[in-house]
Amino acid sequence: MADIILNHVTFTYPNGYTAVENINIEIKSGENVAIVGQNGAGKTTTVKMMNNLEKPTMGDVYVGDKNTKDFTTAQISRIVGYVFQNPDDQIFHSTVEQEVRFGPKSMKLPKEKEDALVEKALEMTGMVKYREENPLNLPLSMRKFITIAAIIAMDTEVLIFDEPTAGQDIYGNEMLAKILKDLHEEGKTVITISHDMEFVANNFERVIVMATKHVVKEGTPRDIFWDFESLEIAKLKQPYVSRICHSLGIEGNVITMEEAVEALSKKYGLKS
Amino acid sequence: MDVIMECKNVNYQYPLTDTKQIENLNLTIERGKVYGVVGENGSGKTTLCAVLRGFAPSFYKGELTGEVLYDGKPLAEYGDEIATKIGFVFQNPFTQISGVKDTVFEEIAYGLENFGVPVEEIEQRVINVMKMTNVESLALKNPFLISGGQMQRVALASVIVLEPDVMIIDEPTSQLDPDGTESVFEIIKAMKEKKKTIILVEHKIDLIAEYADEVIVMKDAKVIACGPTKEILAKTELMQQGVNVPQAAILGQKLKEKGLDIEYIPVTEQDAVKVFENAGKAGK
Repeated sequence: MADIILNHVTFTYPNGYTAVENINIEIKSGENVAIVGQNGAGKTTTVKMMNNLEKPTMGDVYVGDKNTKDFTTAQISRIVGYVFQNPDDQIFHSTVEQEVRFGPKSMKLPKEKEDALVEKALEMTGMVKYREENPLNLPLSMRKFITIAAIIAMDTEVLIFDEPTAGQDIYGNEMLAKILKDLHEEGKTVITISHDMEFVANNFERVIVMATKHVVKEGTPRDIFWDFESLEIAKLKQPYVSRICHSLGIEGNVITMEEAVEALSKKYGLKS
Repeated sequence: MDVIMECKNVNYQYPLTDTKQIENLNLTIERGKVYGVVGENGSGKTTLCAVLRGFAPSFYKGELTGEVLYDGKPLAEYGDEIATKIGFVFQNPFTQISGVKDTVFEEIAYGLENFGVPVEEIEQRVINVMKMTNVESLALKNPFLISGGQMQRVALASVIVLEPDVMIIDEPTSQLDPDGTESVFEIIKAMKEKKKTIILVEHKIDLIAEYADEVIVMKDAKVIACGPTKEILAKTELMQQGVNVPQAAILGQKLKEKGLDIEYIPVTEQDAVKVFENAGKAGK
């Protein structure tokens, strides 16, 4: 089981820009974690170190018992899959199926196992009916699901999603929520970067808040979204229902629609 | 009514496809208003933008029937001049960045150079727009070596600097954090104050609720609803059509169903607080 540990990690790009500074993060195997924070806070750099696309300049990153410094990106990416922020950074093949098959094929698995992984990934992402399409003929929001399928098909223990909610409509968000839930229930570790506070409030057990190269707070969504000081530092907002409840003086740290309905029903003496 | 653009019985189909991407479109765009275009992915929002700008059919080819008018005159009659009147910010900033300029400053200046604007004026306008869009610190960076969110702001700046009367903006905040998103909406508000007309495709419905005057709802290549934001987005039944509605409206609808006597279904946070408070007081 691969816990992920970042121990006093600093990362400086070759041009001298330090993207993260002395951060400590521990993610247990099987956890479902969101990373939030402003653009430029260091979120993407942090997760890229988790699958060894980048190696820390200082400190150590462990995936299970492996210090990433001693392994290649190819080796670590068998354990930690990463879905890029921009799907076009990841798509190379001329059909959806080839794109999704590339990973398991390169793992040289028995054909039946390879087929099973491809089918499962296409199914989970709603891509079965598009398997023969050229990815570049599909809209950006769908290309994102192709890249998600490609990583799911690798069957890694840990999956990282970099802003999967960007550009998604309600159906896209619902499907994403379902994919995250299913992977979590399978025992996978799921790490997701998102700017969508409603999505984070509804779909994660733990939230890591990053601001200006550091981790400023960790906790449950309920802790995070009612900690105004941390929200201010990270320039984040409460989910809308929390804001409305806050303005109406509702106590109890509401973060979801159901909780808001319940709290306001109680306040106004409505039937429950 | 001060009409700036109009679509009359417009149908459009991309080449080599067998379905229409825009079907029987009739639309009136008024000068100085902010229009939010919403609907599920694949419903035709981006195609609508391409039709309004004239890219469909001039660039994408395909077949367009009906009329798209700017100031009462068909778009085609303007030729290249239409680029000075209607600005277009692409969904993917990679599409927008020219690739021929080495710095963000030059990238933003590129359009003005092409229009033959004097150098001193270009400099001043670029500086002002960089300030407005908060990309000053990126001035000397390569436009391809900045983050996705920064690139989106540069793409927006490169269109704002041209000061077109109409700006069509396709999902400008998809890669931005909440703070950056709000600052884009503040820029849109500032453009509106300059009497610019904005047509904005955006999934962040709670912000559309706050900033848009009118909403255009699309589904399966058709406009299925169009009108004042407060009216349209209060219809929570639109969710069955794949249209997101604001959290405030969902909450309002649910409380109404439970018996809270509210004056109307709110669409913004501020309105929600107001109508819930009023209903609470009246109930006591």
